[in-house]
Amino acid sequence: MTDPVITATNLTVRYTIGHGLLTKKAYLNAVDDVSLSIDKGSFFGLVGESGSGKTTLGRALLRAAPITAGEVIYRDDEVRYDLRALSKQQMKDYRKRAQLIFQDPYAALSPRMTVRDIIAEPLEVMGLTRTREETDARVREIAAKCRLNLEHLRRFPHAFSGGQRQRISIARALVSGPRFVVADESVAALDVSIQADVLNLLKAIQRDMGISFLFISHDLSVVAHVCDHVAVMYLGQLVETAPTRALFARPRHPYTSALLSAIPSLDPDDAGNAQKLEGEIPSPADPPPGCKFNSRCPFARERCRLEAPALRELAPDHFGACHFSEEFDFSRGGATGSAKGLQQA
Amino acid sequence: MTTPLISVKDLTIRFRTDEGLITAVEDVSFDILPGQVMGLVGESGSGKSVTAKALMQLNAGNTRYDPASKILLDRPEREPLDVLSLKRDRDLRVVRGGAISMIFQEPMASFAPAITVGEQMVEQLLIHTAMSRVQAKALSIEMLDRVGIPDAGRRFGQYAFEFSGGMRQRAMIAMALSTKPRLLIADEPTTALDVTIQAQVIDLMKDLVSDFGMAILFITHDLGVIAQTADKVAVMYLGRIVEKGTVRQVIKTPLHPYTQGLLNALPKINDLEAELTPVPGDIPSPLDRPPGCVFNTRCPVAIAGVCTTQVPRYSEGEGGRKVACHLVERHQAEAVAT
Ligand SMILES: Nc1ncnc2c1ncn2[C@@H]1O[C@H](COP(=O)(O)OP(=O)(O)OP(=O)(O)O)[C@@H](O)[C@H]1O
Ligand SMILES: Nc1ncnc2c1ncn2[C@@H]1O[C@H](COP(=O)(O)OP(=O)(O)OP(=O)(O)O)[C@@H](O)[C@H]1O
Ligand SMILES: [Mg+2]
Ligand SMILES: [Mg+2]
Repeated sequence: MTDPVITATNLTVRYTIGHGLLTKKAYLNAVDDVSLSIDKGSFFGLVGESGSGKTTLGRALLRAAPITAGEVIYRDDEVRYDLRALSKQQMKDYRKRAQLIFQDPYAALSPRMTVRDIIAEPLEVMGLTRTREETDARVREIAAKCRLNLEHLRRFPHAFSGGQRQRISIARALVSGPRFVVADESVAALDVSIQADVLNLLKAIQRDMGISFLFISHDLSVVAHVCDHVAVMYLGQLVETAPTRALFARPRHPYTSALLSAIPSLDPDDAGNAQKLEGEIPSPADPPPGCKFNSRCPFARERCRLEAPALRELAPDHFGACHFSEEFDFSRGGATGSAKGLQQA
Repeated sequence: MTTPLISVKDLTIRFRTDEGLITAVEDVSFDILPGQVMGLVGESGSGKSVTAKALMQLNAGNTRYDPASKILLDRPEREPLDVLSLKRDRDLRVVRGGAISMIFQEPMASFAPAITVGEQMVEQLLIHTAMSRVQAKALSIEMLDRVGIPDAGRRFGQYAFEFSGGMRQRAMIAMALSTKPRLLIADEPTTALDVTIQAQVIDLMKDLVSDFGMAILFITHDLGVIAQTADKVAVMYLGRIVEKGTVRQVIKTPLHPYTQGLLNALPKINDLEAELTPVPGDIPSPLDRPPGCVFNTRCPVAIAGVCTTQVPRYSEGEGGRKVACHLVERHQAEAVAT
């Protein structure tokens, strides 16, 4: 972690929930005291169950969610921004440098604009191009990178299927030439072939253009293939971060290992040896005391219910937040324990 | 023999657009028996959603179904109902949200923004069942709870935009299942879900199949999910079914080059070094469907002069599996000859 593009320190994002006159006001920390740094040019994966706060964390790093406490620093060759203290001008500039690819390609695209106009809009809004020719050239270049042809550019988004719309979203996000991109479940809507294609595309963009990615996904097998680092999130906190290979070879947190074993096997005859997580993620408005994972952890002991474990370095660059990381080998029954997937001849 | 719950015959769907008539689905046929789970997989734009929506006549106004197309829904003690013959929304009510429920690929589209998730679930139950408001509320909360939404009582009173993406998806599943449809169409129902909840939703669906004999049409690009849930699977490409059979047949010994390509494109968790290999080339525009086999422009083993001109017939394999591929047909003919 020498040259980070993003450094978050003790970042907390708090929402007020409950509304109306009769419901009591309550709070939840969607992101709770998170520290992480993303290296320049890194493809950084963020995984965790629904509601764990991945999107909120991603948005906070883009200054699209409120930073309630803590600090986020963005840095590239030209600027250094403290995201809590951006002037209007800097905010505008940051929008250009940091971009989001949306989770829901259906909600993201305006139905009344042609694909060309959708992709061109950020250029026009930010005033990045001077002439229509310049805009068109830029749109065509980025569209081609995302495998959209000229005929596609004239059409309206409703005439596209989910996967095609996702490529439009990606083109729109990349057109302003960002340095840091948060990709939120951006391959979830794609079939495997295009998914492989888009992943290879994002990887090529990362390599050729030196863009750093925060790649949010619930699909661990995808993350395993494309990310160099992975952070695992549970109820607003990071429970494990590590280089991808180390994380998959030997998960140091029982939650990571449960996630790994829940990946459905491609072999129809290899059902249910998954070590299934009991129950569901507790409400973030009312997290359990101690380690937030204790209510679902098969290894939990008394100490876990009393004391919150800190994220600590358990192996070089491999951090985990579990009191008993050294005692248990969580990888048993996890990814390395069972042969997932189909052996194809 | 069991009567199929739904029987799709020669379904051809075209769309009128500014650029001309688009063929989105061509000659698609399949049956789903009661209690059966059929998977539908295929590349983006291959026509999966459009096929599924046809079962409830939910496609947009510019849709044209070819006259030969039939979608027959089995009814107790009556002639099967041809869904495509229904014209009025009132007549379609027995189908939409009655016999068939659908979980949409676009989660936001299923929720009205201005009313709470709970109110919407209750209203739907009041339309399609004989329940009282109190019963409907209790069932709705129970269903939200069953799909793994924490604090279901409170969530019942919230709006869809207040839910996280995965929660919205689960709420939609709860809503679709609450009326106990005979056929559930699930269009990418677990794509927005994390693996643990996915595993729970899959179990929930399996329970519903065994408890109520519900049938499911399961659309997904996740072949792992198909392997763990479906009994049979159909693989679609550019509007055609290129291969269908039992899950075991299709996943363990894929015959069609496109099915083989799909399996090769999958990230494999036990082999991180493996490159992700997409099916080479681009899917052609539906305005520009290739003659002959629709897959010939991207097929690594296409036979020149054959695959580019003749539409392949279905070759029949063991256990009723079907493959539309000239190469497979040729191999079969050779095997018979020797
Ligand atoms: N604007 C908001 N107001 C109130 N609560 C919110 C808001 N946005 C998110 N939350 C809550 O914050 C928590 C984290 O949500 P977030 O969308 O970040 O989760 P996620 O990890 O991205 O989940 P998913 O995988 O389902 O997308 C959830 O409990 C969610 O309900
Ligand atoms: N109303 C419409 N007008 C014109 N074309 C349409 C319309 N609806 C769908 N199409 C086209 O029909 C084809 C099939 O679309 P469909 O949504 O069924 O794909 P899909 O297989 O579900 O893809 P995905 O996996 O991306 O969801 C696509 O080429 C799409 O652009
Ligand atoms: Mg999210
Ligand atoms: Mg679809």
